[in-house]
Amino acid sequence: MAAVFIAKLYQPTPRRALFHTPTVATLSDLSFKNRIFMAAYRYRRLDPVPFTVPRRPLSSARVALVSTGAVHLPEQVPFDELFKGGDFSFREIPGDVDVSRLRVAHKSDAFDQAGFLEDRNLGFPLDRLREMAARGEIGSLSGRHLSFMGSITAPGRLISETAPAAAELLAGDGVDVAILVPL
Amino acid sequence: MCHQTVGLVAGELEKRGVATASVTVLREVTGKVGTPRALFVPYPLGYPLGRPNDPELQTRILRGAFALLDRPGPGPILGDWAG
Repeated sequence: MAAVFIAKLYQPTPRRALFHTPTVATLSDLSFKNRIFMAAYRYRRLDPVPFTVPRRPLSSARVALVSTGAVHLPEQVPFDELFKGGDFSFREIPGDVDVSRLRVAHKSDAFDQAGFLEDRNLGFPLDRLREMAARGEIGSLSGRHLSFMGSITAPGRLISETAPAAAELLAGDGVDVAILVPL
Repeated sequence: MCHQTVGLVAGELEKRGVATASVTVLREVTGKVGTPRALFVPYPLGYPLGRPNDPELQTRILRGAFALLDRPGPGPILGDWAG
């Protein structure tokens, strides 16, 4: 076990010849500091795993988007990047938002943000969902979508407060299906 | 950490009758958290829908994630993207 742990730490960080060359993400993509942290981190586990069978087919379902890309409207308070353990709050993003207007508060040094800054749909794919709804693949889109900041290392209040509140909100909106995107 | 956040929020949604489909680029983390339904895609951290300004690829990944909703439970369901 200790050998596996140490081996994980010493994987070399890969260098990519081309910036946007798609490669499989592994923990070795991370900086040495982040790798040490994540190798030792004890993830919270859903136990039992909650599971809902969709009420209706996607073509008649109401769909909401939940992203951890830390997007927010220019007029909303940005996420607090300095909050110890991670900012566990969320922002409501109105359904009619112009996606290109969304700001990104994320300052995680754990991943390459260039693509997301270039195209918000890479992590907040509302335009893609609109196209799917227009084609009839999705029944309709929710009147609001949610944004979290993903880099929460101390998820106590996410678990006790904001994740339940976010779920209540979408359930109250009559959302059948949520699509979640990590960033 | 973003993958843990996704899993925890997905769990709360499922508890309240909202079915969830997630995307993941870190299979190991998603497996540890037990995210109810997740599609693993072979792209780097920060690129969950593949590539910027590639709507066709982004849509195919979303379709792959939604397709997990057709699989019978119980969760967790960790699917591989067929491409």
